[in-house]
Amino acid sequence: MKSGESVERIMWTVVGCLLPPLILSVFIFGFQTLIITLVSVGACVATEAVTQKIFHRPITIRDGSAVITGLLLAYIIPPGVSYWTPVLGAVMAIYVAKHLLGGIGFNIFNPALIGRAFLVATFPVAMTSAWLPPIRDVSIFKYMGPGIDAISTATPLYVLKHYGIQAVIEKFGSMSSIYGDFFIGWRPGCIGETSALLLLLGGLYLLYKRYITWHIPASVIITIAFLTWVFGGEKLFTGNSLLAILSGGVMLGAFFMATDYVTSPTQPAGKLIFGAGIGALTVLIRFKGGYPEGICYAILLMNPMAPALEGWFRPKRFAPEKGAVR
Amino acid sequence: MSNTLLTFPKGGVHPRESKESTEHLPIETLPLPEEVEILLSQHFGAPCEPLVKKKDQVAEGDVIGEVEAGLGASIHASVSGRVKNIAASANPVSISSPSIFIQTDPEAKPKVNSPCNWNDLSRKELLGRVKDAGIVGIGGAGFPTHVKLSPPPEAKVDTLILNGAECEPYLTTDHRTMLEHPEEVIEGAKIILAILGIEECHIGIEANKSDAIEEMKRVSREISSNGFRISIGPLKVKYPQGSEKQLIESITGRRVPGFGLPFDVGVIVQNVGTARAIYEAVVLEKPLYEKVVTISGRGIERPANLRVRIGTKLNDIVSFLGGTRSDLAKVVMGGPMMGFAIPTLDIPVTKTTSGVLFLTNDEIDTNPHGQCIRCGWCLDACPMGLSPNEIGIYVEGGRAEETSQFGLFECFECGCCAYTCPAKRPLVQFIRLAKMKAGK
Ligand code: SF4
Ligand code: SF4
Repeated sequence: MKSGESVERIMWTVVGCLLPPLILSVFIFGFQTLIITLVSVGACVATEAVTQKIFHRPITIRDGSAVITGLLLAYIIPPGVSYWTPVLGAVMAIYVAKHLLGGIGFNIFNPALIGRAFLVATFPVAMTSAWLPPIRDVSIFKYMGPGIDAISTATPLYVLKHYGIQAVIEKFGSMSSIYGDFFIGWRPGCIGETSALLLLLGGLYLLYKRYITWHIPASVIITIAFLTWVFGGEKLFTGNSLLAILSGGVMLGAFFMATDYVTSPTQPAGKLIFGAGIGALTVLIRFKGGYPEGICYAILLMNPMAPALEGWFRPKRFAPEKGAVR
Repeated sequence: MSNTLLTFPKGGVHPRESKESTEHLPIETLPLPEEVEILLSQHFGAPCEPLVKKKDQVAEGDVIGEVEAGLGASIHASVSGRVKNIAASANPVSISSPSIFIQTDPEAKPKVNSPCNWNDLSRKELLGRVKDAGIVGIGGAGFPTHVKLSPPPEAKVDTLILNGAECEPYLTTDHRTMLEHPEEVIEGAKIILAILGIEECHIGIEANKSDAIEEMKRVSREISSNGFRISIGPLKVKYPQGSEKQLIESITGRRVPGFGLPFDVGVIVQNVGTARAIYEAVVLEKPLYEKVVTISGRGIERPANLRVRIGTKLNDIVSFLGGTRSDLAKVVMGGPMMGFAIPTLDIPVTKTTSGVLFLTNDEIDTNPHGQCIRCGWCLDACPMGLSPNEIGIYVEGGRAEETSQFGLFECFECGCCAYTCPAKRPLVQFIRLAKMKAGK
């Protein structure tokens, strides 16, 4: 006897939870974000099918996991890149990260994040500067003509890192309107990362369905908020925690990428440490690293820790045999 | 007792109960079949040696097989008639020993003893009657009851638990037994208490059987207690609430150690059906040759709770109930979680058969299994705190021998892990394979 749950149902539910931010991104950054995302998804699904064909493995594209990878990859790309940018990332994500590094079900790294890391290395300029200012007037085809470079802007974290909080306020409006805008998603950033609200709702739905547990998202977010508060200001304990978790890819990373089953631990203690590690590394990269944003690399750095955490924190045996390994 | 429902601390699942088609059906008695096939090896322990020969006449209740040495329980003729043959069985689960086939004599009069007052019997005599009746734990593996009721003197047993949880989906035999024969179950419990020389008995019943809970409470109040303390504990509906170790922890808070037995924590567990069988064995001197079974699933024309003679072929049951439906996909002996699929209906009911399920395609999952996605759900579901995902992966990787580190031998094959796995991995099959390979 089997429960009604299936891998397909989990994966397609995650896809469903990821769609609202995509729709909103069309209104924030324009229609081309949809094209970029479709290219990314299509390239991931095609790579999965071809790879499985080559390796003579069963073709599993219908389970939705390649679609998720495609969505996530697009969501962590700036909205002003060329339409074909995601293709290389998709091939790397699926072929290298998912099938070569460990094999399906055993991949060490989150595929979408590996894809993005390759894109940053290959297109360093576009991947770190093709930001677009939010469209305020529903002219969603505005950025589809030539001349996008001319209007590119900077992300709040970039401004914060290089020019300080005053510059952020100057550029993005008063502190209170910043929180509102950033919460809904009205700020420069990657395609699918800006709407804390919609990502949070999607994440809460996954929690409600028990497809994920609270441990990883909570520990990631709390760690980032806490460490930013302690170290993120001019003096100790003056950092702006709220801004820190509303910017960058914190919500997307905490709910949808750090919780990837294959690349994260399964037990509560392991999950909490895993999440705290991601949070700490994110803050470290943001403050000390070369990039203004760090959660993507933080997750990639913690991914290989997952098997170790899994080994250290086994479920508590109900009644172990005397002398058995616990 | 308070209103909070008792339960066990870790794991468990909530499969669809599917009890609605039989839980309201009174137990019917199946007419005597023309022939019965009584397996010489029905359960845990050594197989029996036949005491009869081909062509012998036997009467209902006669001993026809006995264990010569070691653990076991004797078997009895379930009908009066003539021994037709002693030969190999078609039953694939019991290939090791033959069966006794008895041709029923339809003219024979049923033997009915008048009830005796068991209070006049000594503990030894009571235990002797249990042994002579060939009683085994009829809910599970069929451990001989007289052995279970003779714990070693150093075990300080103070509590009897009657298991009326019936947590397996579909099955309703214990439920009906408690509703229709509550006095006999409670008398049976008192007999067990007398044999053990203790006073305390808890009857654990899942809260989805509220009518049975009320009925058992009423009867336990009305019957004179003879100094015994019998209480009814409503249990949370959660599979495997009726598994011995889980039930003990739910009710007493005591935890049976790994590879330990219930008496290590001062508890003896008996199924409610076994308690009733003990009542019949002691008070009516009737051996265990009848069994209540649930026949259910959408693949059978008429679901029912049936009282059948041990040895009745499933074929006879099916034709009595109007046959199977065309969309029948799988026949399972036992519950859907722990039972096993059977390939033929030419199989007899044994002392431990609790049900036979005729399942259609929409009641089973026929999807092929996929790779482990490491969701960890099986870890959460396992009531023993094991790592079935790892066992599965190791077995697939040809490293079955290394899986005892994940608690392989603590697994009692409840099936929670396989039930919950979204990749539909046959984890219990992997575990059985690993147990064979890593066997001690
Ligand atoms: S079958 Fe074994 S491993 Fe699976 S849940 Fe039950 S006890 Fe745990
Ligand atoms: S439930 Fe299934 S897919 Fe999930 S970890 Fe266990 S074996 Fe793997």
